Amino acid sequence: MQYENEARVLFTSKSENERFARVFIAGFLTPLDLTISEMTEIKTAVSEAVTNAIIHGYEEKRGNVELFCAYRENKVYIEIADSGSGIENITLAREPLYTSKPEMERSGMGFTIMETFMDQIHIQSEEGKGTRIFMEKTFTKE
Amino acid sequence: MELSFSKKNKTVIIMVSGEIDHHTSKELRWQTESAYIDMSVKNIIFHFENVTFMDSSGIGMLIGRYKQLQSIGGKISVVSANEKITEIMQFSGLSKLIPLFDTIEDAFSYTEGREHHAV
Ligand SMILES: Nc1ncnc2c1ncn2[C@@H]1O[C@H](COP(=O)(O)OP(=O)(O)OP(=O)(O)O)[C@@H](O)[C@H]1O
Ligand SMILES: [Mg+2]
Repeated sequence: MQYENEARVLFTSKSENERFARVFIAGFLTPLDLTISEMTEIKTAVSEAVTNAIIHGYEEKRGNVELFCAYRENKVYIEIADSGSGIENITLAREPLYTSKPEMERSGMGFTIMETFMDQIHIQSEEGKGTRIFMEKTFTKE
Repeated sequence: MELSFSKKNKTVIIMVSGEIDHHTSKELRWQTESAYIDMSVKNIIFHFENVTFMDSSGIGMLIGRYKQLQSIGGKISVVSANEKITEIMQFSGLSKLIPLFDTIEDAFSYTEGREHHAV
């Protein structure tokens, strides 16, 4: 698909970069004049997927996280990918309150937040290879 | 993220400024735990008026504190959360455990065990 505008960034899986990812996406989407609510929802969904890559994908070890974002007409497209552990059971992982790391004070709400705030989410994952999250959101255009 | 702590009766009021994510929630957790012990209080009010962002890491941190306080009969509440944070706390079910208030007075009445008017 030919996007109107797209950007891709690769960064180290350090928790400082969770904020960087949110600033990056917000900066990229600035020309779209999103509502504060839409912008916050997208930033939150990105933050969830990036945090998952760092905590679960790489288990806080060093790796690269990829963030791709694009838009066309009134739709935003986002992909977040890691080359970490992969997800064993995607159906289980998507369930609200499911977490594989309760001892780390995780609540198991990450995917639920992504699903609530974005229109569509698709998870591609292979054990030992990594995970790629695809998200889409239609925004209001006056 | 910036934090400031004050004490009133048996409650510590924690004023949080900035963003709560996985990176900052660790510090928020240990600072809260040490203030709770140092000030020898029973309850916690998180003042979120200046919190501009919170994701599931904030939910985890709040549930963690809720569980710690529950075992000793302490109460915890959040005051002045913005619209999105309120939404997240509501659909995750968190606001049933940790009620949200518009004013510090209402939050204080709740944690100190007087009348309460949750949002
Ligand atoms: N990138 C990833 N790589 C490997 N496993 C993942 C990845 N993302 C999610 N998971 C798995 O899916 C589970 C559910 O993810 P979700 O984000 O919903 O909850 P959580 O991260 O455990 O908790 P929270 O997001 O509330 O802090 C995780 O506990 C983890 O086992
Ligand atoms: Mg998560």
